[in-house]
Amino acid sequence: MKLSRRGFLKLSAAAALSTAFGGIGFALKPAAVDRIAMLKPDWSKQTTTACCYCAVGCGLIVNTALSGTKRAINVEGDPDHPINEGALCAKGASIYQLAEGTPGLPNPRLQKVMYRKPYGTKWETKSWDWALDRIAKNIKRDRDATFVTKNAQGQVVNRCDGLASVGSAAIDNEECWAYQAFLRSLGLVYIEHQARI
Amino acid sequence: MTNHWIDLKNSDCILIMGSNAAENHPISFKWVTKAQEKGATLIHVDPRFTRTSAKADIYAPLRSGSDIAFLGGMINYILENDLIFKEYVINATNATFIVGDGFGFKDGMFSGFDEAKHKYDKSKWAFALDEKGAPKRDMTLQDPRCVYQLLKKHYSRYTVKNAVAMTGTPEDKLLAVYKAYSATGKPDKAGTSMYAMGWTQHTVGVQNIRSMSIVQMLLGNMGVAGGGVNALRGESNVQGSTDQALLYHIIPGYMPTPTTAQPKLEDYLKLVAPVSHDPKSMNWKKNYPKYAVSLIKSFYKNAEPAVGYDWMPKLDVGQNASWLVLFDEMLKGKFKGFFAWGMNPACSGANSNKTREGLTKLDWLVNVNIYDNETGSFWQGPGMNPKKVKTEVFMLPCAVSIEKEGSITNSGRWMQWRYQGPKPLGDSRPDGEIIAELASKVRALYKKEGGTFPEPVLGLNWEDMTSAHGFDVHKTAKLINGYYLKDVEEKQKDGSVKVYKAGTQVASFVKLLADGSTCSGNWIYAGSYVGPDPKDNRSAKRSKDQTPAQAAVGLFPNWSWAWPVNRRVIYNRASVDATGKPYAPQKPVLAWNGKGWDIDVVDGGGNPGSVHPFIMQVHGMAQLFGPGLNDGPFPEYYEPLDCPVSSHPYSPVLHNPTALTFKGEKAAVCDPRYPFVCTTYRVTEHWQTGLQTRWQPWLLEAEPQMFCEMSEELAALRGIKNGEKVWLENERGKLWAKAIVTKRFKPFVVQGNIVHEVGIPWHFGWRFPKDGGDAANLLSPSVGDPNTGIPETKAFMVNVRKA
Repeated sequence: MKLSRRGFLKLSAAAALSTAFGGIGFALKPAAVDRIAMLKPDWSKQTTTACCYCAVGCGLIVNTALSGTKRAINVEGDPDHPINEGALCAKGASIYQLAEGTPGLPNPRLQKVMYRKPYGTKWETKSWDWALDRIAKNIKRDRDATFVTKNAQGQVVNRCDGLASVGSAAIDNEECWAYQAFLRSLGLVYIEHQARI
Repeated sequence: MTNHWIDLKNSDCILIMGSNAAENHPISFKWVTKAQEKGATLIHVDPRFTRTSAKADIYAPLRSGSDIAFLGGMINYILENDLIFKEYVINATNATFIVGDGFGFKDGMFSGFDEAKHKYDKSKWAFALDEKGAPKRDMTLQDPRCVYQLLKKHYSRYTVKNAVAMTGTPEDKLLAVYKAYSATGKPDKAGTSMYAMGWTQHTVGVQNIRSMSIVQMLLGNMGVAGGGVNALRGESNVQGSTDQALLYHIIPGYMPTPTTAQPKLEDYLKLVAPVSHDPKSMNWKKNYPKYAVSLIKSFYKNAEPAVGYDWMPKLDVGQNASWLVLFDEMLKGKFKGFFAWGMNPACSGANSNKTREGLTKLDWLVNVNIYDNETGSFWQGPGMNPKKVKTEVFMLPCAVSIEKEGSITNSGRWMQWRYQGPKPLGDSRPDGEIIAELASKVRALYKKEGGTFPEPVLGLNWEDMTSAHGFDVHKTAKLINGYYLKDVEEKQKDGSVKVYKAGTQVASFVKLLADGSTCSGNWIYAGSYVGPDPKDNRSAKRSKDQTPAQAAVGLFPNWSWAWPVNRRVIYNRASVDATGKPYAPQKPVLAWNGKGWDIDVVDGGGNPGSVHPFIMQVHGMAQLFGPGLNDGPFPEYYEPLDCPVSSHPYSPVLHNPTALTFKGEKAAVCDPRYPFVCTTYRVTEHWQTGLQTRWQPWLLEAEPQMFCEMSEELAALRGIKNGEKVWLENERGKLWAKAIVTKRFKPFVVQGNIVHEVGIPWHFGWRFPKDGGDAANLLSPSVGDPNTGIPETKAFMVNVRKA
């Protein structure tokens, strides 16, 4: 059988796909040969992103199903991106699995708010509201209790000495900015993260 | 990075040292390879022969922690053989400056050391000033007190013989590296440096990089295409998170955190604005008051700047609140509550047992992450009895990168916008949403109940970070850029007046004002989001439009946006002569066309020759002599605090006398119980503590468990076979690993003795997978660099034995 390179890629992609997605239970289960159709914008949306691992900043394209699971279908290198020109390392090429886990198996990601009470021996599942209310109360209680207006020399410091934070180089600029502003508004000075170490 | 990833292709000689770029920044090699294809020489200096070494033209092994002997030797080689780019050294560096009488160096110590405090009085290292207050200069480089002569004298001890004795590098390899790299001192040649944590994680971490900076200045390699000092940063937004100052010592835009020495705003503004008496020095930092006031207004837009400043927390003078100090204080019980947000300190911090013990002293811990991890689950980790651990723990699920929108900044300072693909899985949420909602709950409590000093909590500018739906990334990005808070009139060159209406985004940081009429959350990001619409978000730009000259050097000015002001190669002014002519006409990054500057955005502005090139330095010159550092103005050789030798030939001072140390931290110096040097590193398939990658079968299959690489000679000595389980241990901890007996490690000859080195990855932790091993940092010491506090996790001593 004679095959053009493009035809070969199509075939091998279809073969890989039928293995990878076998039994995952998509609402829309496309036949393996329908890969091209599957990637059409009326079936999935394409978004660009930058890799979440090292700081080379490789571009990626994420295909997300617009119906059914509405989950990512595929994540691959962005051929238009001037730095990586479509190439990715092993980690970048696995971002699909980072987000979606292994098809057919439960996704090991944290998907619930988990709580462990003092001296507790197990995790309990909680709601966001419950957890954030309780954390907010802890913050206020301990900020009020440990706030230092003046240091031993009588100099104004307006500092909350009883709370500390590390993180994060893995969150976006806007999130970093909001986080540091929040911490500094509480009076924290023990603000550190990965960049230090 | 002073340059950017694609720019690597412009280099004539690439020195990768303190990095294994081929495995840890694999895509960088697309551009390294392009340079090699054009004839560039690739050098790799590393304790272990890696995939980077396999691609290199010259591989030189070096014992971990001896880099200053290697680089100091290169400085000496360049000076002794007069290989400097003289015009550059005279006009762009402080080589000509005369150093004041207070400076001295003797027996490994600089002048001004306070034995009791273990600190230097840096005022002793000041330059001699002329009657106007500008540094005195000797343009002939002959004055014995000029920086050039002092540098020459300082590094005269850094002979090839001494370098070979301490590094264990074979002499022929050492000389091959010196020769190849110093050939880039020709005006039209460029050498670049790619480094990572192999240089930084030492008690001389900053001075390692300073050593290379000195090499680059002497060879005229800063500011040029294919040059620079390039930190290969390891996390996707670690550049951005540093810019946004998630660090104790700075506030956004690299301004210092206020201390008690600046009780009022005016004191702070005086501190941040240095004064230069040289008319040719732009001294860009003189503008910092505008940036500081605009930052305060971005925090507290309804408060007067002086009041907003009062609300900001102040450090005590000299207070160190960096990572190692934080965990030391935690162990002592200082903190009630602690956030580990998107981090896994139980594995990532040096001396993991100390860190993990610290977590038991907390009343409560909030851990935000994608997967369960060793920090959130510390209470059920090895050696812990949950029934005895008081800490209340909240583990909050956050979204992954492809599930949210926002920007990250890569190592080359490119701010890149990311879009949301799928929505966050299950109950997970974007971090920004969690932060904003938590903050809103805290505010509600203060509103309802009152409390201690509520003004900053209630006054923080959440209005510009949130909309009806909660956290708003576009509004926050616009706030970081900055906007006019009042109508501002600006006089134009033709005498007319332009009015910027309140609410308009500022175009760049040159528009920021010190009177409270502008706000900007981070001045270096001013220019990134310049209008009201998402189309004004320059980080989202995806156009490959470029001029032929830009194309020639791989510059994409319309793809994303780089800080500052979309400048892609910083210090680019140093790449041209006084007439604006590029020193490397075949690959210019900047050129004067008679009316303006072409190719990149010029550093500083103005006509050619009108200003000194290094505009962020008070005197406008790159600092061969760096009087601002805590451990000396010239890098000096010291051994790691854990080391296999009792002396070195450079001085009688074995260790960095100013290193950050803690009571109770034991060092192993020539300790027969711990005879082997150990270093840590990463593999392609895992990332950082492995928290994310260990849960992915595709990646875990390739690298399933903790291993220890060792030489065949060491394996024979200890009767260890490839694949066998071994124990690594020292005073701090114990760790098992699978032995990889390999030719990639060779014993070093150090001062005539055989020194073995082993290497371990730091990606593993007890939580997952079962039988995957635990953290490399169980063995690393909590001692740090005196400038940054970075722990010395790249060189410490261990024992290795068969399990």
